[in-house]
Amino acid sequence: MNAGKPVAAIAVENIVKRYGDFEAVGGITFEVAEGEIFGLLGPNGAGKSTLIRMMTTLIPVTGGKAIIAGYDVSREPDAVRRTIGVIPQALTSDVDLTVEENLSIYAKLYEVPKAERQRSIEELLEAVDLLKWRGAQTKTLSGGMRRRLEIARGLIHNPRIFFLDEPTTGLDPVSRVAVWEMLNHLKNTRHLTMLITTHYMDEADRLCDRIAIVDHGKLVALDTPMALKASVPGTNVVEAQFTHASAEWPARLKQLSGVTAVESQSAGMYRLLTSNGSLTTTQLVEMAVNSGETIKSLSVQNTTLDDVFVHYTGRQLRDEQVKALGFVMPPRPGVQP
Amino acid sequence: MKRMMAIVEREMRKFFRSPALMMVSMMLPLVQLIILGNAFGGKIRGARMGVVDYDRGSQALRIHEAFDSIAVNIRTFTTVAYDDEQKAREDVRTGKLDGAVIIPAQYSRRVLAGDSPAIGLVVDNSDQTMSNSLEAEMQSLVEALNAPVIQQKVVQQIALEIVELYPYVEYMKYLLSGSIALAMYVAVMIGGGMLYIDDKARGVHEGYLVTPITKLELVLGLNLAGAIKAVLSGVCLTVIGSLLAGLGVIFHPITAMLLFLLILSTSIAFNGMMFLMMVRVEDPLVPRAIFGVLNTLLFFPSGAISPVSGFPKWLRAIAVADPFTYAVHGFKAILLKDGGLAAIRMDLLFLFGFGIVTLLIATPLFKRTL
Repeated sequence: MNAGKPVAAIAVENIVKRYGDFEAVGGITFEVAEGEIFGLLGPNGAGKSTLIRMMTTLIPVTGGKAIIAGYDVSREPDAVRRTIGVIPQALTSDVDLTVEENLSIYAKLYEVPKAERQRSIEELLEAVDLLKWRGAQTKTLSGGMRRRLEIARGLIHNPRIFFLDEPTTGLDPVSRVAVWEMLNHLKNTRHLTMLITTHYMDEADRLCDRIAIVDHGKLVALDTPMALKASVPGTNVVEAQFTHASAEWPARLKQLSGVTAVESQSAGMYRLLTSNGSLTTTQLVEMAVNSGETIKSLSVQNTTLDDVFVHYTGRQLRDEQVKALGFVMPPRPGVQP
Repeated sequence: MKRMMAIVEREMRKFFRSPALMMVSMMLPLVQLIILGNAFGGKIRGARMGVVDYDRGSQALRIHEAFDSIAVNIRTFTTVAYDDEQKAREDVRTGKLDGAVIIPAQYSRRVLAGDSPAIGLVVDNSDQTMSNSLEAEMQSLVEALNAPVIQQKVVQQIALEIVELYPYVEYMKYLLSGSIALAMYVAVMIGGGMLYIDDKARGVHEGYLVTPITKLELVLGLNLAGAIKAVLSGVCLTVIGSLLAGLGVIFHPITAMLLFLLILSTSIAFNGMMFLMMVRVEDPLVPRAIFGVLNTLLFFPSGAISPVSGFPKWLRAIAVADPFTYAVHGFKAILLKDGGLAAIRMDLLFLFGFGIVTLLIATPLFKRTL
């Protein structure tokens, strides 16, 4: 690193993970600055979790290196572990223990001094809004509350860098928003650097200062959400559904003013990227009327990270999300989360 | 050390919060102790013996008198008179009778003539216990009938005098040692093996692995917790089992201390063995699948049910390497024979050594990463 350049909280250089002949992560490089919320965005199987597991010392690195808070994960794993907090993808708090016991056990595992331990538990329980549930067994908590407990657990030793592997997977929309707000609050009050993996576009858009899109173990794009959206040709997305769209419609739609790309979806639905949403919409309606075609639905919106993802990977992330939502950690028999 | 104790604290809190685990770990050995202890080892009482008397003479009367004596005193069997041998045989076959004695015609005349007559005994040899018992009873009756009425002045006979070192040991007492070892094995299997793999599968260990806890602290913490659970289970079953079997020796301080040493060494041996077997297992079904096989492989060759000296060579070889064997031997030496430290010294050495060696092998195999 250059002398004048501030030391990055996380510096990953050409990192590789192989399982036999299969390359799960293939030479990814990026840096995360102090105080930044950095998102790793990609579908299931893209290599996000493998990447985060290498950075958190959970799996050995095959090639390249990862420097976390100035420590090499391969050479100084213990120093890395003391500096970081980690929220794994699965809900791993002990369901038989109470909220407070879970925090206390982890405080002891991190050797938090006894005098600090109780104060830290109090502060965190308040921060994650679980003070009145401190004596409740974890198995009686809802999924959102358990996730908040995990967040508190990851911060019990006051880490500088916080890794969260899909922190809102499996949560309902209200709980997701609550977790986002909590993470933003914690980041500001505790001056944390955060690295979050997610396959939710809105989560990445709302939380992250910068986003790296990962697909098939490779980094395909890295920038701020705004810059990523701006990098996609066209600033608007027009979605139109026709009753009887014929085979030549994609070609005809592409000729409309400002249209840079047309994507055909199921049930007569077309998705158009355009630099001028209003003009494209007007021409589209005129064309439909002249052709005697009925428009079932029509919407115009700004470019989203979904479009960014499609642009860079050539795939719909939403399909992957549907698959991902089908995955729920199996509950312990007889225990309702 | 603090981090290791945090693992122990977590395991013990879970253990005491789920008393069902402790109950389940003691249920099988207790039920086994009560049922098997009462079902086996008892003497045959009240069997039904058919008697077909074709003689009805004076010597046959002596046999009837002997039968009456058996029915009143040791009560091994009572007799039912039959006229027809075929009918008696049929009733033995169908289970209405447990055996039948046939006194042939001319029996009394042949006895008095010194013609060595034979008495027939029909037994159902598909039930070895019953047939052996009836055979033994009839054998001693025949010996008594053969004894000369007038004894010789100088008797040229060698007698075997049996000296029993201990009072009569009921089978339940004999079985107790195995039941204690079994309770500790079940506690280690459920509280150590199954929960360990379940925790791994649920990702609980992933939570540990991102903390600065060392591999040794994690291994020792998990094993110490497992050993404490096994000790608690062993102590409970020793007390409950001794009370059920009527063994008061556990209340003697020295005996109690030796028993505790034995329980401790057994728990370390079982825990080390289980940890070695489970250290690389990921699938929660594996410990459940091997539970019964291991139970049979370790419990039965140990001498808990019947003596090791009665086993074929290959089974004895298993017994030599089986920590159950030493635990059972040690518990028997203390509970039944009041053998003292000298009697269990080798058992303690083997069990502690076995536990340490298995743990030493398992530790490098334990993965500090996923």
